[in-house]
Amino acid sequence: MRFVARRLGFFVVTLWAAMTTNFLIPRLMPGNAALAMMSRYRGRLNPSSLRAIEIAFGVNNHQSLVRAYFTYLGNIVRGRFGVSLTFFPDAVTHDVLQALPWTLALVGVTTILAFVLGTLVGLVAAWRRGGMLDSVLPPIFVITSAFPYFWLALLSIWLFSIKLGWLPTSGGYNVTDNVAWSWAFISDALEHSILPAATILVTSIGGWILTMRNNMISVLAEDYVRMARAKGLSPWRVMWSYAGRNAILPNLTGFAMSLGFVVSGAILVEFVFNYPGVGWMFLQSVENQDYALMQGLFFMIIIAVLTAILAADAATAILDPRTRDLG
Amino acid sequence: MSTPSLAVKPVAPFRFSGVLRNLLRATRRNRKAMAGAILLLVFLVLAIFPGQIAPDDPSAEIFAPGMGPSAHHLLGTTAYGQDILSQLVWGTRLSIIIAFAAGGLATALAVLVGVSAAYLGGIADGILSLITDVILVIPIFPLVIVIAAYRKNAGLFTLIVVLGALGWSYGARQLRSQTLSMRTRDFLESARVRGERRLYVILYEILPTMTSLIVASFLGAALYAVLTAAGLQFIGLGDPNSQSWGTMLYWAENNEALGAGMPLWAIAPGICVALLGAAFALLNYAFDEISNPALRPSRRRRREDLSK
Amino acid sequence: MTGDCMLDVRDLTVVYDSDRGPIVAVDHVDLDLSEREFLAIVGESGCGKSTLLYAISQLLSPPAEVIGGEVIFRGANMVSLDEGRLRSIRWRHLSVVMQSAMNALNPVLTVAAQMRDVCRAHSSMSDAEIEARSKEVLRLVSIDPVHLHSYPHQLSGGMRQRAMIAMALLFTPDLVIMDEPTSALDVVAQRSLMVQVKQLQEKLGFAVIFVTHDVSLVRHFSDRLMVMYAGQLVELGATRDVFEQPLHPYTRGLLEAFPSIHGPKVRLLGIPGAPPDLARPPAGCRFAPRCPSASERCLASVPRLLTVGGIRVRCVIHDQVPAEVAQ
Repeated sequence: MRFVARRLGFFVVTLWAAMTTNFLIPRLMPGNAALAMMSRYRGRLNPSSLRAIEIAFGVNNHQSLVRAYFTYLGNIVRGRFGVSLTFFPDAVTHDVLQALPWTLALVGVTTILAFVLGTLVGLVAAWRRGGMLDSVLPPIFVITSAFPYFWLALLSIWLFSIKLGWLPTSGGYNVTDNVAWSWAFISDALEHSILPAATILVTSIGGWILTMRNNMISVLAEDYVRMARAKGLSPWRVMWSYAGRNAILPNLTGFAMSLGFVVSGAILVEFVFNYPGVGWMFLQSVENQDYALMQGLFFMIIIAVLTAILAADAATAILDPRTRDLG
Repeated sequence: MSTPSLAVKPVAPFRFSGVLRNLLRATRRNRKAMAGAILLLVFLVLAIFPGQIAPDDPSAEIFAPGMGPSAHHLLGTTAYGQDILSQLVWGTRLSIIIAFAAGGLATALAVLVGVSAAYLGGIADGILSLITDVILVIPIFPLVIVIAAYRKNAGLFTLIVVLGALGWSYGARQLRSQTLSMRTRDFLESARVRGERRLYVILYEILPTMTSLIVASFLGAALYAVLTAAGLQFIGLGDPNSQSWGTMLYWAENNEALGAGMPLWAIAPGICVALLGAAFALLNYAFDEISNPALRPSRRRRREDLSK
Repeated sequence: MTGDCMLDVRDLTVVYDSDRGPIVAVDHVDLDLSEREFLAIVGESGCGKSTLLYAISQLLSPPAEVIGGEVIFRGANMVSLDEGRLRSIRWRHLSVVMQSAMNALNPVLTVAAQMRDVCRAHSSMSDAEIEARSKEVLRLVSIDPVHLHSYPHQLSGGMRQRAMIAMALLFTPDLVIMDEPTSALDVVAQRSLMVQVKQLQEKLGFAVIFVTHDVSLVRHFSDRLMVMYAGQLVELGATRDVFEQPLHPYTRGLLEAFPSIHGPKVRLLGIPGAPPDLARPPAGCRFAPRCPSASERCLASVPRLLTVGGIRVRCVIHDQVPAEVAQ
């Protein structure tokens, strides 16, 4: 499986590049924001933790840049991101792992749902060219795919929450509840996630529908589709196994590239809805100049994106035998 | 730029205008392109002549705060007593500048990296492609947030430079694969055989045929720049004193505009971002159709028209 | 040793809808085919021969459309049949071999899977029977059955082409339509493929319509030869007769462009000029601008189809009836 090995290698290289950038940015910025942050830790942390943070942010440069860099990388590999200021004295890793399930549940589920639904709709729309789906949907979705996530979020809050009062305005759950695996809690959390989920779904599904439709149209003009018709196969089979399976391949690659938008959308939506996920916490850390937490969350975001890409690559390898042989 | 072969080839500059003419003609015939172009034109006018169109000074906090739409203030006023419509009109300028400057920078870099990688091949291609893929994968939004976080906020210049310097990777990939497919085309072979220099081949043979792809790339980059900048300003990382749609949304959110009965303050700038984004998206989609005729809406002619 | 008439094409006309207006790609073409007959159709690129093939097998897709004529196959007019009845004819009685197997075979399915789905669509054979039959047809075209479970990209060009022919023979149809099946191969492979096709034809008793631009290829294999130019039938007759005595100036030009390896060295003659623009066809004979024997009469109106000694030809040279009466 040379293919998998290559992709894993890419995973590592990208992760390294991102964290190196993360290391360099505070050092390249004019002024020293980190210094201000340090003063807030003083007196509250033990000396060794303080040291670790100093090294991570290049404050009090007793070490050479190179040594600091390697110490920083070493800390990351061992999962030592320091202590959070916002949620003092939690370890950064603890906070990150607490926020993660919320984001996975909301963003993860809706993104996959949008991809699957969008691909299906695009498939059918292209199959029935000139039909209702094909003529009406594309222009609509071209426009909706340009909507900023957060604006749609604001709109939906205003409409469904304030005006109609159907759904809660913000948060992941009612702050008065106990966080437990009780039905009351879960149903409450679900209720709170309807609006954010709908926002993400509506904004991102358009892109999938459009690209799948365009892919299908190109594929339908291919010889092997004509051959499938010549063989007298049922239209269903032609649509699925001959056209659909080939048309979805570029979409899977596109999935990887769309993750940038997914992440930005997730951050903004969580912000607007005060939804306690990774994105929301990320912005909290920025606001509080809690750089240690910020770095940890940034790392988490990169890992999540790379994992999603690996999954899409694996799916491509399963569906397309040519990639397996290319290696 | 010294290209001695230019003297020998008067045909070369002629080609650009011909391509442009084709593009304009194609745009006129496509409904989506027309819609997008008109929208864009409206915003361009607003950006160039805000003073003539906006009724008031956008930052003047002189009016009664929090008012709904009225004859004097078509969209009402903000919590600080500013005229919303004027803010919208003046805000256009910043969004247009970001769209074109960041989009242009990103496209220029995409052309540079994409075409060079494909044309140079070998190790150079390998390295450039790896860099492209890595930047492509790293989510830009969090990265820009991190940069802005250390700087306290991101002014216009920072926004343009960062968005442009990070947003070229998608276009570079597309341009690279397009250039690769052209490397073996006959007209390039003939140029090489004629002894034309590499730069000439790239500029006058390859680029003109990729114009529609470059334009599509620019439109995509502009769209992404507008949305990302608005998002950044909305969460408060833009310059809070600047006049832009995103900043309007930021102040609106801070003052609970939606809940406090000033919904237009939040809705109106959002609509503008959406419309400008839609303009770019429509033009982009239309360009896809123009460069790939198979995607155009299919027309069905009646049989009677065609039988002899 | 051909049999009864099985295919009767009358007045078939196909039009393409293009930006510049309707293009008549196939212009009122008549042809007939008997059982076990090998008919070759030759002509330049763009003369409409492939379009004719797909029109006969009802495989055209928009913007191309059959707007006139009939295709009577085994007693039924294919043009007016609905998809369901067409499907029952497909592959069992009429199969297709396309030009490029790389494009005509579904890249994400194995050869076995592609044979299996057509067997399932038209019969109730069990999986074991299907596998046995698939291996049998592969052996017919000299492919080792071990390749049955390969993907198209894993086979060589020649093997792919032969695999496609094998697939066309799964139900031993009455008629196999071949659209330039040898164009993607080298000269040696071309000839061996032709020999194999001819052998199979004689062994299994199916009729063949073979489209090619290389007239020398079919010289020794086809029973009858049909020449097309600019969408029209210009000559149709027994191969040997046409080769010995080509009646139409275009046919003469074509044959002279492919000199024989044997015999004296002759000057290589092409046909100067280019075919007419089918969006604006000329009023008279379409070949007249390039014809060495053209006259005034040729430009006035389209020459009618005549029968001269068993050969049908569309040229005024052989028209004994004066122009005024001919209308």
